[in-house]
Amino acid sequence: MHVELAFFIEVLVAGLLSGVMYSLVALGFVLIFKASGVFNFAQGAMVLFAALTFVRILEMGVNFWLAVAIALAVMIVLAIIIERVMLRPLVAQPVIILFMATIGLNYFLEGLAQGIWDSQVHGLDIGIPDVPWMWLLESTNILISLFDVWSAVICGVLVLFLAFFFQKGRIGRALRAVADDNQAAMSVGIPLQLIWAIVWATAGMVALVAGMIWGQRLGVQFSISLIALKALPVLILGGFNSIAGAIIGGLIIGASEKVAEVYLGPIIGGGIESWVAYFIAMLFLIARPQGLFGEKIIERV
Amino acid sequence: MSESQADNIILGFDNVSISFGAVTALTQVSFEVPEHEVVAIIGPNGAGKTTALNVINGVYQPTQGTITYKGEVRQGMRPHQAAVQGIARTFQNVALFKGMNTVDNIMTGRNLKMKSNLLMQGLYWGPAQREEIAHRQAVEKIIDFLEIESVRKTIVGRLPFGLQKRVELGRALAAEPDMLLLDEPMAGMNLEEKEDMCRFILDVNEELGTTIVLIEHDMSVVMDISDRVIVLEYGRKISEGKPDAVRNDQRVIDAYLGVPH
Repeated sequence: MHVELAFFIEVLVAGLLSGVMYSLVALGFVLIFKASGVFNFAQGAMVLFAALTFVRILEMGVNFWLAVAIALAVMIVLAIIIERVMLRPLVAQPVIILFMATIGLNYFLEGLAQGIWDSQVHGLDIGIPDVPWMWLLESTNILISLFDVWSAVICGVLVLFLAFFFQKGRIGRALRAVADDNQAAMSVGIPLQLIWAIVWATAGMVALVAGMIWGQRLGVQFSISLIALKALPVLILGGFNSIAGAIIGGLIIGASEKVAEVYLGPIIGGGIESWVAYFIAMLFLIARPQGLFGEKIIERV
Repeated sequence: MSESQADNIILGFDNVSISFGAVTALTQVSFEVPEHEVVAIIGPNGAGKTTALNVINGVYQPTQGTITYKGEVRQGMRPHQAAVQGIARTFQNVALFKGMNTVDNIMTGRNLKMKSNLLMQGLYWGPAQREEIAHRQAVEKIIDFLEIESVRKTIVGRLPFGLQKRVELGRALAAEPDMLLLDEPMAGMNLEEKEDMCRFILDVNEELGTTIVLIEHDMSVVMDISDRVIVLEYGRKISEGKPDAVRNDQRVIDAYLGVPH
């Protein structure tokens, strides 16, 4: 294969694969936004909390899968507590109030995670080697990390499962109903509290998977909560209430980030990767504020 | 409705009071709603009509007094439990799911009728899919009944107010309720729309035997369609009875027209 082309594919694929990982983080936001119309400011803190819990349990010498199960259980319990203590008293309050509450939750969770465990950097190895995919390298001369491929597969499966689970039939409808109007949802017999607990537990599960994968890459530490910022442009691009949008948005952001860095970087001075995503998001805000797949906002006057 | 049926009381308020801080919204209100009747709650603004509906629906808990529903005294009920027990409602300002289309909105009303488990639902698989189709058929019947076929796939946020009210009624009907609470079902409608709505309400009452409790300001509507009228003023019941009797009650006339000082 032509060297230039092979290199381009390499860049593009690496971008797409990391894009899937952005999608995963964005998905945590979308789930909660769909069920309550609230941007969950604490999603990053949940990733930190989940990853730290997992890595510390693992360090105690617990079996890998058992540690996953325990961390998952912790996230579910956390979701139930959040629903009871924070969401239930705020039923039928304006969305902005709930949003403020998630900001408080963010700081609380950051403190709690580091208070219970510690604030050291913990290395994490989830058993996927970060080495080039030899078969692909030998046959096509394209260099792609096996870790990227595996994490993309894991994220992809999870994303598809959740997309299906939350979009079809009764559950999907109940979710959208709860997001649209709490009062009306209760009047048709949708148990608001249960739906919220399920959604926050699922967002916790997504946070755990995201935390494990990003944790191996970056080490488990405070800064892992900042990957939530990477999800923002994905959400703006895809639409806050679209699971499909989170997937496509993630792919577009991931790919354009890498391609821009490699091909535009040398022309305008490099370091583009850290801001190009936000630039794209800004263009989208001007042209299509509801995102690619978001529900169009209808305002009656 | 015939007198023999009227003996079965579906809902009873016994000395119900509710206050929010220092404000008393209902004071020792007692009334009974017989099964299969159309009961209207009327009164000037701020009389506590919507509060009464919210108490029936479980949004508020009474501070004092007891509520009996289907022969059992209720305690600490939440709105979704009220729905489980066969109470459906519409709202004064229309509380539809504005981002969804008409069919999906009415389908949410079937929520409690759907039985297949969470996982199957999630995978949209086998029985869950068949169930979805069966419920969709029930929804189509309601859509035909309410004559909203043409807006079946329209996002309800785009519909005119009168049609939104109709869709909201459809969602309440989809639950096949024993008791239907309607909070100002004709508000903001023109004469033709009001006549349609009256027809739907009477049809539901006569054909399905649904007990209906409604709040309405249009007196001609109230007098036409109700079997019984309850009048509230400042949170107290000042009159109750057949429409004709209430119309001629001096206290009701005073409440509406004011008393010369």
